[in-house]
Amino acid sequence: MNHLPLIIKREYLTKVKNKSFIVMTFLSPIIMIILISVVAYLSQLNNDKQRTISILDESGLVKDAFQNSEHTKYNMFEDMTLTDAKAIVKEASNYGLLYIGKLDSISFVPKHIEFYSEESPSLSLISDLEGILENKLTDLKLQKEGFDIEKIKTSRANVSIEQESFDGRKTSKIDSVLKLIFGGMAGYLLFMFIIIYGNMIMRSVIEEKTSRIIEVIISSVKPIQLMLGKIIGTSLAGITQFLVWIVLGGVLLFIISAVFGIDVAQMQSPQQQMMQQAMENPEANMQLQDIMTAFYNLPITNLIIAFILFFICGYLLYSSLYAAIGAAVDNETDTQQFLLPVMMPLILAVYIGFFTVIEDPHGTVSTVFSFIPFTSPVVMLMRIPFGVPLWQQLLSLLILIGTFILIVWFAAKIYRVGILMYGKKPSYKELIKWIKY
Amino acid sequence: MSNLLEVNGVSKNYGDFTALNNVSLTVPKGSIYGLLGPNGAGKTTLIRIINQITMPDSGSVFLDGTALSSNHIKDIGYLPEERGLYKTMKVGEQVLYLAQLKGLSKAEAKIRLKYWFERLEIGDWWNKKIQELSKGMAQKIQFVVTVLHNPKLLIFDEPFSGFDPINANLIKDQILQLRNDGATVIFSTHRMESVEELCDDITLIHKSNKILDGKLVDVKRQFKTNTYEVGISIQEKSSLQQELSQKFQIAPANFKTLGDELKLNIKLSENDKANDLLSFLTSRGDVSHFVELIPSVNDIFIQTVKNN
Repeated sequence: MNHLPLIIKREYLTKVKNKSFIVMTFLSPIIMIILISVVAYLSQLNNDKQRTISILDESGLVKDAFQNSEHTKYNMFEDMTLTDAKAIVKEASNYGLLYIGKLDSISFVPKHIEFYSEESPSLSLISDLEGILENKLTDLKLQKEGFDIEKIKTSRANVSIEQESFDGRKTSKIDSVLKLIFGGMAGYLLFMFIIIYGNMIMRSVIEEKTSRIIEVIISSVKPIQLMLGKIIGTSLAGITQFLVWIVLGGVLLFIISAVFGIDVAQMQSPQQQMMQQAMENPEANMQLQDIMTAFYNLPITNLIIAFILFFICGYLLYSSLYAAIGAAVDNETDTQQFLLPVMMPLILAVYIGFFTVIEDPHGTVSTVFSFIPFTSPVVMLMRIPFGVPLWQQLLSLLILIGTFILIVWFAAKIYRVGILMYGKKPSYKELIKWIKY
Repeated sequence: MSNLLEVNGVSKNYGDFTALNNVSLTVPKGSIYGLLGPNGAGKTTLIRIINQITMPDSGSVFLDGTALSSNHIKDIGYLPEERGLYKTMKVGEQVLYLAQLKGLSKAEAKIRLKYWFERLEIGDWWNKKIQELSKGMAQKIQFVVTVLHNPKLLIFDEPFSGFDPINANLIKDQILQLRNDGATVIFSTHRMESVEELCDDITLIHKSNKILDGKLVDVKRQFKTNTYEVGISIQEKSSLQQELSQKFQIAPANFKTLGDELKLNIKLSENDKANDLLSFLTSRGDVSHFVELIPSVNDIFIQTVKNN
């Protein structure tokens, strides 16, 4: 008799109806969004404050280089001593005083600029000031040598290399960034999914063991059916939760941006920064259209199919290990010893993904780890956007499926024996003995 | 077919440990069969093999004439010693789920469940969670789970543990009723008085081996010692005692009476007749007490286990 659908249904409903699950499902996106909004709001608040900087330029060379901006107001001092200037700035509690000494030659100026402030100034402010001064002084020097500044500016060339693969696919910098985002998201999603729902499966197995219902259940169904039912049911609950998160998160984000006028999208993640760098290239001047083109350049079909296959196989591989661990122990505190070897390859995969694949998606390390079954789901998912030959994908998937079957068989053995074992925590040696029973 | 269950030479090893060694037994249809043995003897392993939870290393099991297979799952109801239900699941949902796993349809399970809840005086627990119930109540639910699909073979492992005397009695009556309705019951317990009361046949397992089995009356006959418990009102107690000790093996007995009788256990030899002893005794005084001592299951259990 096939009871799998019945078991899946029960596991799913029990998870979904569970109070803490419901709370987590609806509260997490709210908390996340609130957190993001608060951070966004605070950083905006910080940027909004206008700083006043006083300048005492005794050389008289650079004072016209400073223009008031949204964030900074420049206040020019003239005809006073440094000591007086300092006193005034301190009195007015201005942010700081920029002092340029009185010198005849431009060449000496760069070495005689000082900034006085109450506290040590922010790095970005100093580099801003340095930038302004450098530009101005370079211009002055060039002028002094008799160059026409305007001509120099207009003759500056901006280069943006067009990239194209041998089979004619055009790529660009923004392409790579997009690939990175897609691959990273896929890999990270799988990683998170395994950790969150693998643990949930493990706990549910332990619960069945400690409540001792297990013996009644397995007098009716085969342990492997129960195990698979548990894994599938919990995963479906997980997918439900993820979907709710995505929808709820999206809606909330939209509402908050609309109501509070905080442009949450401006919050910058490292990838977004890279994207912006790519877009800042003035000549290329990337538009939304370019992003769309890059998006269509991605191997979308391949990406989706590979994502589904690697995700399912990778997730099942790990979750059956979690189920076996749950079966081997009596309580959650005993799981640590067994969780570590399971977590190691997973964490390794994510590190390889985020460091090696980004650097060189088709290098030896990336390629090798995208074949090793315990790391391949994450690493391969991150590589695929960069274009992986089909034979590599298939081979990796084949190895993964082979391992997956082996591991499920192995986990089912442990599970079958483990669920009826109570008392002391088994050693690895005993686990191996169980497989032979 | 007069036997519902036949276990033929079943052995099971866990690594170096032998849990069952070539155990055979036959459970007659419609009987209550006592599966006895000290802790760790292998009873649970045997029960798990019958339930197909574990597979035997060698030997075979036949249920109702056919080799045990997954088709038999619906024919067996099992109440494990370690009780357990999903703590956070509602009673109704839970029992329906477990009944469906045994192959009942949802509608059928619902009808039967209502019937059983009434029969066991279980009130409106449908929407309560197991963790809100008392232990006895949860046990009752578990009993219902065991019998709901109307199995041919019922296996009860310590069915009365956790029940107060009133509910234990209720459950006992239900077991007898189920037997009368045609079910066969395997009954594993350490409470010898309930074996005495309920079982038709018994098997004793000790250290993985079967050491005794048969009809309860036959086993008792096998262990009887021809000893009679006697109470007699008489003036010269010591002289009668003297007289009896020359003919028989006697020992002082201890039982409650109203008068000041001479109380003795008298063991007859094989040629002696109980009638002769009785007429001899009546000729000497008023006999208030004359009972054959039947060995209790408890005595048989202890004696057999100690001798092995």
